[in-house]
Amino acid sequence: MATVQDIEIRDSAARTAAAVEALEDIQGEKMVLNMGPSHPATHGVLRIVLELDGELITKAQPDVGFLHRGDEKIAENMTYTQFIPYTDRLDYLAPLANNVAYALAVEKLLGIHDKLPPRCQYIRVMCAELARISSHLLGLGAFAMDMGAVTVFLLTFTEREKIYNLAESLSGARFTTSYTRIGGVMRDLPPGWTDQCRKFLEEVVVNINEMETLLTRNRIWVDRIRDLAVISKQDAIDYGLSGPNLRGSGVEYDLRKNQPYLCYQDLDFDIAVGATGDCYDRYLVRMEEMRQSVRIIRQCLEKIPGGADNKSNEPINVDDGKIILPPKQKVMTSMEELIHQFMLVTEGVNCPPGETYFGHENPKGELGFYINSKGGGVPYRMKIRAPSFVNLSIIPKIFPGCMLSDTVAILGSLDFVMGECDR
Amino acid sequence: MLNLDLANQIKAKFGDLISEPAEFRGEVTLKIADAGKIAEVCEFAKTKLAFNYLVDISSIDNYGEDPRWTVVYHLRAIVNGAEIRLKTDVSEEKSELPTVLSVWATANWHEREIYDMMGIRFSGHPDLRRILMWEGYPYFPLRKDFPLAGKPTNVPDVAFTRITPMEGGPFVTVAGGNDSIAREPRVRIPETDAVEFNARIEARGDNKEMRGHAFGPGPIEKK
Repeated sequence: MATVQDIEIRDSAARTAAAVEALEDIQGEKMVLNMGPSHPATHGVLRIVLELDGELITKAQPDVGFLHRGDEKIAENMTYTQFIPYTDRLDYLAPLANNVAYALAVEKLLGIHDKLPPRCQYIRVMCAELARISSHLLGLGAFAMDMGAVTVFLLTFTEREKIYNLAESLSGARFTTSYTRIGGVMRDLPPGWTDQCRKFLEEVVVNINEMETLLTRNRIWVDRIRDLAVISKQDAIDYGLSGPNLRGSGVEYDLRKNQPYLCYQDLDFDIAVGATGDCYDRYLVRMEEMRQSVRIIRQCLEKIPGGADNKSNEPINVDDGKIILPPKQKVMTSMEELIHQFMLVTEGVNCPPGETYFGHENPKGELGFYINSKGGGVPYRMKIRAPSFVNLSIIPKIFPGCMLSDTVAILGSLDFVMGECDR
Repeated sequence: MLNLDLANQIKAKFGDLISEPAEFRGEVTLKIADAGKIAEVCEFAKTKLAFNYLVDISSIDNYGEDPRWTVVYHLRAIVNGAEIRLKTDVSEEKSELPTVLSVWATANWHEREIYDMMGIRFSGHPDLRRILMWEGYPYFPLRKDFPLAGKPTNVPDVAFTRITPMEGGPFVTVAGGNDSIAREPRVRIPETDAVEFNARIEARGDNKEMRGHAFGPGPIEKK
């Protein structure tokens, strides 16, 4: 007859307490271990200075900035449109989402964020959600690989490749898409794109299911990450976490629902929320978010005005010659368009003086742009609120009490990207 | 509407310390006259008005104006999604204001970043070190008087910087030009620029190997 055995799994707080108790009997020196900046599990150039007592972490001090390029300084010295390619390089695992976030931020400053044509909104939502799937696939794949499940990584990368193909046919670039423009998108959906996208959605669901069978009830996986690095609701809010890390801790806050932008209020989707805030919850939240993204894109493909090939000629850009570039054939034949083209290219989009903040629900969390404008085509100051930067600041809080080998799991569950953190 | 109500509540509590709420694109901004009181205002906003989420802190360099610095706080209430922006000015001589770390733990890294980039200090911050640049770096790169191309530095055995060879390049817009003609590369005559650029590097004498870098490897000589 089978017997059921209960195994006690302590959360990290209890583990810390137990460890401190146990430590009092042990005499020994603490060791300082330098993890990174070139460490396979830090996924980029994060350095963490760990203070160890045996295998137990007593203190962790993250060190960031190895990828600092001065994006905010650069932004002050070029027009709003010229900065779009730089946004590709923030969260370089989801460039399409960054493009959308940045375009919306500038449009908010211009006051045209609610005048975007519906087709443009649907295209942008699809871009953002494809980017979310892409980012989560990589995040989870790398997370699983660091835990020893290399198969999952291979599965997710097969799917990401298809997203790159979609991005390529959409924007011409696989990686650095620069797809949005202030007031619209670079070009309409290419022929056959929606079919390609539908096919991808079918395939990715099969693949997500396979990932689930490999991981979600896998004893090794669950034992390894459950009750590890618990972030309480209060801590998550206090440390400004956002995205799946915030929701993993049980805070139901998603900018797509709470401060709807684009056409999200017309779409039906759910917010995944965790229960305890451990690494396993963050994994589950990401898993569910991918499914919800698939759901959102499916609805977009159904509802998009103009349909797949835009036979009814729905606009994809705002109808304002002072914001969006005119069609090329008109530039050479019409005086007004020529002037618009000249002004937009040389001086940039003329923004009013003022200051706005726009936060976008990016795959990694809330990507925000605070733009302070004194008028003209160049921002006076642009602050990028990078979700990875804020999410990493909780490391000194959650690492102590964990084992050295847990660092890899915790970092994987936080899912950060240094390009965005260091800017 | 909610944002404005909450802003008025803060205004009612602190009176003259707070400016009239300014609204732009649906966002409400309050200006706090005395930077030394910022922590108190934040504490009130958090405990009494449920602004429990600090979205971001940023800083602005109003170069050439007095007071020189503006520090901007973005507050949010998770419970109802209300948002408010608090701004306060700090003079260049003082360059210091109290930390809000005791109100929101997330302020830690934001304040370190502002110190690193602008050189504004936060009194009471337990760990005010540089965060993106390295310890010992002598400048504050987001200040308006810091050139886009950078400044050469050398901290022996730690790190060094050189001026980026972008300045004067043929396809590079010039940093900080007042109008597009000053920025736009195509209106400039590349060879004259290169000669000028080299002469400037020469005169500065700090970085000989930079010479000729404006257009890739090899110096460009005057014909």
